[in-house]
Amino acid sequence: MIIGIDMGGTHIDGAAIENGVLIASVKHQVDHSDYFASIWRCLDELLSQVDKDTVERIHLSTTISTNAIIEGRLADVALILQTGPGLQWRYERMGEHIIYLSGSVDHRGILVRDIDIAELDDARKQLLEGPVDALAVVSKFSTRNPEFERRIKKYFEDDYNEITMGHTLSGKLNFPRRVRTAYLNAAVSRTFKDFAESMREALRRSSIDAPVFVLKADGGTVDLDGAMSKPVETILSGPAASFMGMRALLDDERSDRVLIDVGGTTTDLFFLVDGVPVFEPLGIEIDGRKTLVRALFSQSIGIGGDSHVRFEEGALKIGPRRYGLPIAFGGDSMTPTDALVYLGKLEGSYRDKCLQAVERMAAEHGLEGAALAEMIVRRMCEEIRQAIERVLDKLNASPVYTIKELLRDRTIRPQAVEIIGGPAASLSGYLGETLRLPVYCPIHHEIANAIGAALAKPTLEINLIADTEREKMSIPERGLYIPIDRTFNLREAEQFALSQVREAGKALGLEEDRLDAEIVESSSFNMVKGYGGRVDRNIRVKAQIKPGLLEKLRKSD
Amino acid sequence: MKAKNTLGLILFPAFDWAISRSHPEREERLLYTQDQLLEEGIEDIEGIELINPGMATFHDVNRVHFCYPDAKSLLTESHLIAAGGVMRAFDAVLGGETDKAFALVRPPGHHAQRVVYGDRGFCIINIEAVGLEYARQRYGDMRVAIVDTDCHHGDGTEDIYWNDPDTLFISFHQDGRTLYPGTGDIDELGGPAAFGYNVNIPLPPNTGDAGFHYILENTVMPILEEYEPDIVINSAGQDNHYTDPLTNMNFSAQGYAALNERLNPDIAVLEGGYSIQGALPYVNTGIILAMAGLDYSGVVEPDYHLGKWRQSERVTDQVRRIAEQVNERWLKRKELSDREYGDHRTVTRRRQVYYDTAGIMEIQVQEFKVCRECPGVNSVHSYNDRGASMAGITIPRKACHACREEGYKLFESAAVTKRSFLQDMSFDDFKVSS
Repeated sequence: MIIGIDMGGTHIDGAAIENGVLIASVKHQVDHSDYFASIWRCLDELLSQVDKDTVERIHLSTTISTNAIIEGRLADVALILQTGPGLQWRYERMGEHIIYLSGSVDHRGILVRDIDIAELDDARKQLLEGPVDALAVVSKFSTRNPEFERRIKKYFEDDYNEITMGHTLSGKLNFPRRVRTAYLNAAVSRTFKDFAESMREALRRSSIDAPVFVLKADGGTVDLDGAMSKPVETILSGPAASFMGMRALLDDERSDRVLIDVGGTTTDLFFLVDGVPVFEPLGIEIDGRKTLVRALFSQSIGIGGDSHVRFEEGALKIGPRRYGLPIAFGGDSMTPTDALVYLGKLEGSYRDKCLQAVERMAAEHGLEGAALAEMIVRRMCEEIRQAIERVLDKLNASPVYTIKELLRDRTIRPQAVEIIGGPAASLSGYLGETLRLPVYCPIHHEIANAIGAALAKPTLEINLIADTEREKMSIPERGLYIPIDRTFNLREAEQFALSQVREAGKALGLEEDRLDAEIVESSSFNMVKGYGGRVDRNIRVKAQIKPGLLEKLRKSD
Repeated sequence: MKAKNTLGLILFPAFDWAISRSHPEREERLLYTQDQLLEEGIEDIEGIELINPGMATFHDVNRVHFCYPDAKSLLTESHLIAAGGVMRAFDAVLGGETDKAFALVRPPGHHAQRVVYGDRGFCIINIEAVGLEYARQRYGDMRVAIVDTDCHHGDGTEDIYWNDPDTLFISFHQDGRTLYPGTGDIDELGGPAAFGYNVNIPLPPNTGDAGFHYILENTVMPILEEYEPDIVINSAGQDNHYTDPLTNMNFSAQGYAALNERLNPDIAVLEGGYSIQGALPYVNTGIILAMAGLDYSGVVEPDYHLGKWRQSERVTDQVRRIAEQVNERWLKRKELSDREYGDHRTVTRRRQVYYDTAGIMEIQVQEFKVCRECPGVNSVHSYNDRGASMAGITIPRKACHACREEGYKLFESAAVTKRSFLQDMSFDDFKVSS
């Protein structure tokens, strides 16, 4: 049995699934004064409904790290940077302490200028006087040669427990993002560890020894130890939980699809191309900070079931603000939900009040109640349609770097839509007409997020670079920086990458037949020194555990 | 970080194309440049947009070149994409998407002349010219200055715009007596309709940052101010760099960035530059930042030491003298034109063109009609050592009725004896005899 829990902004949902069948589910409000207690209450209630001994794994999608960042509850982190030559970004909202050290390597990882020990000694003196509790160490091109970051970490190891090295977080190139990612990782480390330890302790007390996995923004999971060393990977996992839930609840045809999660304030859009999810090219943005945290691509638009509906200069407007609950649920601001209740598509607790309010607003603008309600719903669908179009324009213009890719011209053309969220079922008919596409709304869609959290599979991506002239190979995500032979070739690199992915996958508890290790990108460049010199190779391989589900949800009957 | 000028960056390294396995123009060429740009976080700068190239059509190519036997058999997709990248740069700027654009594409184009039998200096089609002529047809006539800062003389661009008064071509390069392609003398001043509008500035080997900036301030900028172009294009070859394996100059990334900032081009196009690890990553970063109006002072090559690359007094003197000579020709261009062409009805020019990459020798005779009404119809008769023979007629964009008529007659009579091409720029039409 797998237990999945998704903690969102307002609700916390749980699902227990055995052999692909949903056997229990719960839904509660989040207690913002105690996140751990909220999760534990939900977990405890689920466990009381099932046989505890059959629990194989517990999957958590939490907002622990996300909220710490958004609410600014961050540790005092000192950034230690080697920016090297090049563009000088300003690092704002990255704490009070930024130390710049000299020393750099170039784009191939070749030493340009060594580190200055005297500068390190000065930095140490300065830091030890202050209130710093964690360090983030980032060097330009550290993914090509992590030795400076390692040396700096070693230097400070006796002084600080929490030291994040930039290269361990992603193999992708983007120094400013690496800096932010490392900063955030160090800054939420303590908070996440406290949470993880409380969780372990509570499970021990309840005599449950099932391993705990944490959901990431890329729709995969990581074990609790992994999450404790890279807590930044656990940010913004909520949308990924919903996405994975939709994948679990509907059949995955190899087609282009739009996935829509309609919330109260916002609606999130996701995309599938040939059945494969679209990812953020570099990483997700949190609280205005662009990071290298791998994530599913999603676009949030400021329109949802509870968005404020009004007329402005004769024109109907919806959102992006919301003022409490819909009238049909006890609030007093007109919303799309009220329009759906009026049209008889949704149940409402205060139906009469809602009908009156719609009638009144319609009368003010010389309309019939039904006409206004239709208008509101259709406008909402139209806004969603326009947002989808804008996103598709952007995705279809994503940069490519080879002739093959340019000529393939893979334009995304959605053939179907999947929708979840509060008003999903009532909206699907209208949306289908607006988008002129079939719209599918799965059963259990109201707890799709918890189901998604439960059924998500561990994922990881690695970026291998081998340079036969330097006789070095690095896989930053695995902490590898090792010598290779000058004859090392692309085939060997691919095999090595796959074996590394498999090894990492097994360590995450994936069985052989669920590993799905695959090469995503692979190329080998001839390197020639001068004219007619010896030919070496610069090999680049990206491999991953294919993101996906542990299993699909089956119907219980 | 926010760009002061919005910049469209057409970054297309064509990682799956090479002239040959170990040729300088190979897959690896922009690999480290891309690495550097990605690591610097260029993608995240607000106002810098990564744009994919389009693909030029054969019609876009035929507007500029006489490809023998035809464009299809000479070109690969990579050439059409490189030219398409430049076209996209023009669209970005002239279509109002961005203030400026930089086409960081390959292979280059500035050695490709009007007649094309094959590859010269790693170029088959002139990507700036294909882009510019496309833009003129789409967005209307414009006065354009092309400033070629590649270390090699831009002999292809010179040939294409030899007789076009609406296109000022300025090339600074290592003196042709010491480097391929050998041309680029200060006395190559242009055809009868555009005499003086082809400006060559041959520089001595070992010219450093100071020399380039001297030329820029004292020759290039004054000429541009007087010419008043609608747009400025920089053929941004990067082989004046002190690490370039094929040349002998001492220009730096800081020097290139400062040059670009002062020149302030609307569009830049990568040309040559084969120090792919030591120069290109830094020079390209510098140019991008300069174009976007951002601080480039931190962009420095790992092995740069000013003292080492400072130019000698002797070079400084030589540069100063060349600047004087070029300026004198520019100021006296009208007078010199009268002396050179006087009351000629036609001007004939015989040339030999060597295709180093393809190994072809071409002999050609160009004939320019001197017309009071327009730049005049012109033709080229050419043959090569592989036994090919062809004629090409060009009717300029602003051709008068008589020149246009004459162009068609020339085409018909040439077509009797050999494969003949007609570019009617006034109607954006192209004909080829069977």
